[in-house]
Amino acid sequence: MSGHGLVLRNICKKFGSTNVIRNLSLNVIPGEFLTLLGPSGCGKSTLLRIIAGLELQDEGSIAIGGREVDGLRPKLRDVAMVFQSYALYPHMSVAKNLAIPLLMRRLCAWQRIPVFGALLPGTASRKSEIIEEVARVAKSIGISHLLDRKPRQLSGGQRQRVAVGRAMVRHPAVFLMDEPLSNLDAKLRVQMRAEIKELHQRLGVTFIYVTHDQVEAMTLSDRVAVMLDGELVQVAPPQEIYANPHDRRVAEFVGSPKINMIDVNVCGGRLAEIGGQVLPSELTIGQGTLTVGIRPEAFHLASSGEPNSISAAVRLVEHMGSDLFLHLDLTGVPDPIIARLPAASGHIAPGNRLHLRIRTEQLLLFSENGQRLKQQASVTPLREYAR
Amino acid sequence: MKHCRLSFRTLGRHGFLAITTAFVIVPFIWMVSLSLKPPEEIFQASFSLLPQSWHATQNYIRAMTASPLPRFMLNGVFICAVIVVFQILICAPIAYALAKLRFPGRHVFFNLVLVSLLIPSQVLALPLFILAYQLGLLNTYAALVFPFVVSPLGIFLFRQFFNTISDDIVHAARLDGMSEFTIVWRIMLPMAVPALIAFSIFSVVGHWNDLFWPLIAVRSQELMPPPLGLMAFKNEDTGIDYGPLMAGSTIVVAPLVLVFLLAQRWFIEGLTSGGIK
Ligand SMILES: Nc1ncnc2c1ncn2[C@@H]1O[C@H](COP(=O)(O)OP(=O)(O)O)[C@@H](O)[C@H]1O
Ligand SMILES: [Mg+2]
Repeated sequence: MSGHGLVLRNICKKFGSTNVIRNLSLNVIPGEFLTLLGPSGCGKSTLLRIIAGLELQDEGSIAIGGREVDGLRPKLRDVAMVFQSYALYPHMSVAKNLAIPLLMRRLCAWQRIPVFGALLPGTASRKSEIIEEVARVAKSIGISHLLDRKPRQLSGGQRQRVAVGRAMVRHPAVFLMDEPLSNLDAKLRVQMRAEIKELHQRLGVTFIYVTHDQVEAMTLSDRVAVMLDGELVQVAPPQEIYANPHDRRVAEFVGSPKINMIDVNVCGGRLAEIGGQVLPSELTIGQGTLTVGIRPEAFHLASSGEPNSISAAVRLVEHMGSDLFLHLDLTGVPDPIIARLPAASGHIAPGNRLHLRIRTEQLLLFSENGQRLKQQASVTPLREYAR
Repeated sequence: MKHCRLSFRTLGRHGFLAITTAFVIVPFIWMVSLSLKPPEEIFQASFSLLPQSWHATQNYIRAMTASPLPRFMLNGVFICAVIVVFQILICAPIAYALAKLRFPGRHVFFNLVLVSLLIPSQVLALPLFILAYQLGLLNTYAALVFPFVVSPLGIFLFRQFFNTISDDIVHAARLDGMSEFTIVWRIMLPMAVPALIAFSIFSVVGHWNDLFWPLIAVRSQELMPPPLGLMAFKNEDTGIDYGPLMAGSTIVVAPLVLVFLLAQRWFIEGLTSGGIK
């Protein structure tokens, strides 16, 4: 079994006068795990509903597996969806919830009529077939013992599994998941995350997964599509999104703790300064300000007086087990910055002064309008420039 | 001090409720009481709840035999059942459309429903009578049923309840391959059981007790629902024989009281959780 690819071309959607999706295009590779990552309200769910056919786009077209599906009803699009609220049918048992998609597809309208339908030829054999399939799916996701219960008798994690099971039973070519883990507690979320990843590897079909949680996006995805205000800002593998963001907003949205953004002045295309250090050397902009993004882990400890090091005052130390998060004051930088050092960095207490170096290959430069500048930055001591 | 005042207030509240309840319940108790008494006692100056000489058996036997009361009751059951089934069949899809489908003019439609809630059914009696006459329905069961098959109250109650059901459920059902009608019957209505029961009680009580429209619509005794039958019965046979008449009335209201007591929990839930909130 393999999934279908998906092509979205110039999708636009308005609710009243608000533009929720703006001219969005996206190519999903067959079998890939693609995450739509973005803050609440940026239109992720709307886009997913448009793909599923539950909402109609105002403009643009969608093809699933090479077939245009714009006029097709949700049922005919060969996609299944797991909802944030799970959307289980509360009055039906788990077994019935799982069986519904199959009953609706394999039995004709007459056969589905209670009592009367059971008398028609073929109903019984198809129904027992469906019951078997439901049992098989239930077993594969570990909910066999829950089949007789009603959804309200299940815990959050169990409901989530049933919702996934209901999507699985009919072997869709594309799985759509709308924040399926957001109603679970932290521990369960980590466990279910692994299960979803495993499910994807096992089924090998295309997954489009919506989340506002960047950790989920980074851990699960083959590719991440970062969505902001109804537009895709960048679509790339997680490492790429992290290391090489195209836009300031992407850099700020991805990564925890958040990337440090420092505004610097550029003089004559050469000079910019952080904490007494000058960077970078070859900028195309002549004059004005730009923003330097420094990931917390781009800092490392230096001994005092080491060339190219900057000195910082420690405000706060957070012990995270394997790491230390340091909140630091740099001279000339208004906001505190956060550095992430290995826990074995020695005893560091608030009030200490540290010498840090920056791994310059990890510096990210952004122009005033948020565009990424591709120039390499380097940190050079001010003194050298003064010469 | 505080405790005192609190219990005083509770007392006052209960007292008020007791008095208002008494207004409603006293006639019922009186009716039952009269149905147990012989004619001499009914017009006695002194009032007592229980009769001195029991006359219950005679009254009830006479009520059941002197008029076709069983027939009236069966008519009532049949008419109410047909009305409520049609009402649900018609109101549920309309309510679903108003609650969950987006189409131009749906607010206008819903407002029309609200307006028609305000129109007393008597206002429409004459046009309905003429319509029934034109269709040749007068003096048939159909005449008793057709004015009520579309119920604004039903549409309103169901629509309010369906509104509380999340869109995700509807979306999931569509993805699972259900048609819109299947969604109504298989998902929405089973989820709205409290509203369904509340509405059914409203409907059944209303039409079981209805006197006005049957009085206009039918003449032959075989078609009469209980209240109309009782009235005819009083005029023709008993004159002023109140004992059997009250016995007949008691028999007519008993099923309603019984059903309400059984379904009370859902009735209240249906009105409070989905409806008038
Ligand atoms: N049916 C609707 N009618 C009007 N506005 C809507 C509707 N659905 C969503 N919106 C609006 O569209 C925007 C995006 O919503 P949504 O797609 O749910 O965002 P997300 O899933 O990213 O949090 C929100 O501002 C929301 O208020
Ligand atoms: Mg959402």
